[in-house]
Amino acid sequence: MIHVDGLTKHYGSVAAVKGISFDVHVGEVLGFLGPNGAGKTTTMRILTSFLAPSSGRAEIGGFDVFEHALEARTRIGYLPEGTPLYRDMTVLEYLKFIADIRKIPGGATRTRRLKAVVEQCGLGDRLGFLIGELSKGFRQRVGLAQAILHEPEVLILDEPTSGLDPNQIVEIRQVIKHIGESKTVIFSTHIMQEVAATCSRVLIISDGRIAADGKPDELQRRAQGHMDLSVEVLGEAPAARAGLESVPGVSSVTPTEGNDATAQGCHRFLVVAAPGQDPRAEIFRMAAHKGLVLTELRREQASLEDVFRSLTSGAKSAGGADHSAVAN
Amino acid sequence: MRNIATIARRELGAYFNSPIAYVVVAVFLLLSALLFFSALFIQQQADLRELFDGFWTTLLVAIVGPAVTMRLLAEERSNDTLELLLTMPVTDWQVVLGKYLAAVGLFAFAMAGMFVFAATVAMIGPLDKGPAFAGYLGLFLVAATYMAVGMMTSSFTKNQIVAFIGAVLICLILWLIGKVVQVFPPTVQPLLDWLGMDRHIGNMARGVIDTRDLLYFGTLIASCLMVTQATLESRRWR
Repeated sequence: MIHVDGLTKHYGSVAAVKGISFDVHVGEVLGFLGPNGAGKTTTMRILTSFLAPSSGRAEIGGFDVFEHALEARTRIGYLPEGTPLYRDMTVLEYLKFIADIRKIPGGATRTRRLKAVVEQCGLGDRLGFLIGELSKGFRQRVGLAQAILHEPEVLILDEPTSGLDPNQIVEIRQVIKHIGESKTVIFSTHIMQEVAATCSRVLIISDGRIAADGKPDELQRRAQGHMDLSVEVLGEAPAARAGLESVPGVSSVTPTEGNDATAQGCHRFLVVAAPGQDPRAEIFRMAAHKGLVLTELRREQASLEDVFRSLTSGAKSAGGADHSAVAN
Repeated sequence: MRNIATIARRELGAYFNSPIAYVVVAVFLLLSALLFFSALFIQQQADLRELFDGFWTTLLVAIVGPAVTMRLLAEERSNDTLELLLTMPVTDWQVVLGKYLAAVGLFAFAMAGMFVFAATVAMIGPLDKGPAFAGYLGLFLVAATYMAVGMMTSSFTKNQIVAFIGAVLICLILWLIGKVVQVFPPTVQPLLDWLGMDRHIGNMARGVIDTRDLLYFGTLIASCLMVTQATLESRRWR
């Protein structure tokens, strides 16, 4: 559905996007994750044909965004950062204007689409309000409404949840997820949880280049390489520690004292396994054998945040050199 | 084509949703009425010519025209709404023409109020219909040209005030350059003479609709709109 090949964009002498290539298939919900200034917005602006690339090309639904801009734009719904809408129009006036521009045929079809979109974005109570009078959350909903009004094949959203309160964020995410079930969605963010919660695939962009590309849990696994376990043992601390260290496949044991540590005789340890090893079964057997009570055995996931930080800060210091370890 | 109408309609709605339309129309009609009726009562002349060929009227239009068009593109850029508009399935030309037509439409609406003057003259004595019509047409074309200039400067900047001042300056230069031709070297004199607006306005005010004058206005309008479109397009490359 979306094909991007060697996209580069220079603003004067500064290169904002340096050779980005990726493909997005129908029905994928792709998250653009990256620090501010990484090139996410620029890439989106090129995809929507607002900007022309310095080199490289992009295709939406088979149409080159530059050569066949009008056909490409017909298939895209776009919500730029900051949700820029005409504040002097009412919600309904604005949606009707969009319906005109998007050439949605008048009469029954238009009424049906307007009703559907108003319902999906929860705008029923606000139709007569001036857009300038709405809260940010509702403005965002209007923005989303105009993006989906013409039922585009591709939805491109630039930081759709920025500036919203937690309730509104959850609502918008639900809408995006629902839309993502039938359409291809790309949205950008620098919030990790959003990506994990909503996306089927993540593209981490840093310093104008793709730092990582894959499913969220895949990336977590790849970045981690080894298993971290949080183990709580009821017993004597030295014996517990020695026991844990004796388990084959364990590379280090570090005591981490929580608030309820020594009081009830519970001792918590961070057990780092050797690469590729899963010593949980052995820990269980060792504990049983040595008479230690395991009150908790929990696996710690490297968060997407750790992945993100390691990839994007590393990229900056190494000058964006070698990402082959984590990238496809 | 439909896109041009959609954009023009939205723009007109924006004008009438804000004080701009009302203030502009009111001020324009008030001042032009002042000019006309002072000629009528003070000089005892029931003549439309003063209105159309006069110094003050042209100055008025040189201010009102840019005032109407200064927001057309500058406001969209400063609000970032241009990004959404230019990613819709519309061409740059449709955007330019749609907005321009809205501005011209607004002025035409203001001008409609001016027919009162012709009616007043007709009540007093025989109205010379030919020159009256030519005069109105001339004024309309002058305004259309000034608004094209205003739209052009609006595309250059995000700041509406800068757009306004720039447009007023260019309009005044266009108008006055014909009067100061002698200052320039003889080689450019014919060109500057042609470029000066007062000669073309003068013809129209006298009742002469010369195709050369129509071509003059048409050329200026087309040039300004082309520069506007080119400016919009060039932004994609920056």
